[in-house]
Amino acid sequence: MTGVLVSTTINGDAVQFACPTDETLLDSLRNRVGLTGAKEGCGTGDCGACSITLDGRLVCACLVLGVEANGREIGTVEGLVEDGKLHPLQEKFIEHAALQCGICTPGFLVAAKTLLEKNPKPSEEQIRYALAGNLCRCTGYDKIVRAVQAAAKEMRKK
Amino acid sequence: MRYETPTTTKEAATLLYKEKGQAHILAGGTDLLVRMKMGMTEPTLVVDIKHIPAMQAITKSAAGFKIGATVCGAAMTEHAALGKAWPGLVEAANLIGSDQIQGRCTMVGNLCNGSPAADSVPAMIAAGAKAIVVGKDKRRTVAVDKIVTGPGKTSLAKGEVIEAITLPARLPRSGDAYLRFTPRTEMDIAVVSAAVNLTLERGVVKTARVVLGAVAPTAVIVAKAAKAIIGTKLDDEALEKLTAACAAACNPIDDKRGTIEYRTKVAGVLAKRAAKIAYQRAGGTL
Repeated sequence: MTGVLVSTTINGDAVQFACPTDETLLDSLRNRVGLTGAKEGCGTGDCGACSITLDGRLVCACLVLGVEANGREIGTVEGLVEDGKLHPLQEKFIEHAALQCGICTPGFLVAAKTLLEKNPKPSEEQIRYALAGNLCRCTGYDKIVRAVQAAAKEMRKK
Repeated sequence: MRYETPTTTKEAATLLYKEKGQAHILAGGTDLLVRMKMGMTEPTLVVDIKHIPAMQAITKSAAGFKIGATVCGAAMTEHAALGKAWPGLVEAANLIGSDQIQGRCTMVGNLCNGSPAADSVPAMIAAGAKAIVVGKDKRRTVAVDKIVTGPGKTSLAKGEVIEAITLPARLPRSGDAYLRFTPRTEMDIAVVSAAVNLTLERGVVKTARVVLGAVAPTAVIVAKAAKAIIGTKLDDEALEKLTAACAAACNPIDDKRGTIEYRTKVAGVLAKRAAKIAYQRAGGTL
């Protein structure tokens, strides 16, 4: 493979990988770094299943080139667990059964985490708008919204 | 595919000018990567302009705001002073896609993609925005309404790059607004849109600009609609004239998302509502 060496930070760890220039960051993460949390749903930025953060901003990894990650900070769903303990959002998603097939879940978790960092007490409407870029074809969204509300409440206690 | 990360606009322009194959600029990538994925383009060169300092910031001076070409939608929304001066423009840019898209998409990308339904474009034109265009040899400043010439087409020459968008100094008692109609409330493309920017003097509209989107091959400046409200306090008669002028300016496509008749009618309705919002934002009382 002819590839470009990319030095980046993923979930706080320095990571290097080599990839072709036209490869998406989603493919680099999944196939080269071995982080398969971000999923490919549509591959065109519509479904949000590949949501990650790039320098703190929520983005679709399918719309970023792997080479663009050089020198930047990436956050993926794998970074939600701290010291082996699930993030409150993950706990609440389980508690509220906010997932069925699970393909959309990593994207929802990353998007919801980004929302709660900016807005610790979002209204239901704000949650629905913030998660409008994440599609779920199983749950009907209600359980997801409730899980995010419950996690927000839990996180405000800390 | 060569991937380049120049640090000056001139360097980017030169790279693009010299490329014999298919060259593309990469800023947010929210259009380019989709087109690559769909096989609509196979670039031989991608020039990532995000390493160019002159393109990275929103700055305010006596001349007005300057918004770098790589500033994403989310950064515009976060900029309090910009939102206070140009709420309509910021709302228009914020309507593009989801939060994920907002983290990447840029106004200049929205402009150069050349979609007749681009949300930020009518708002930029209504604001009197200009584009700083850089070529390998010279720079020029062009009114934003002169950039797009048709669906997917721009007036930029080979190698020319837009470095930033400038907005004129904001006069007191000014307001702008942008409204669009979409079947969904989020994540959709405008079926019709309208932007209005105006300045008042003692409650009377002194200057105005009315621009429609998605009703013609490019955004349309409706001078007659602006004329209809200049010198008025947006009374019913003035608004009726504005609505009629907007309908007359429409030359839309006819598709499942909106018929010609529907788009033409809604254009006037949205322009009227946008005018009222802009008027109130400028301090007027309806």
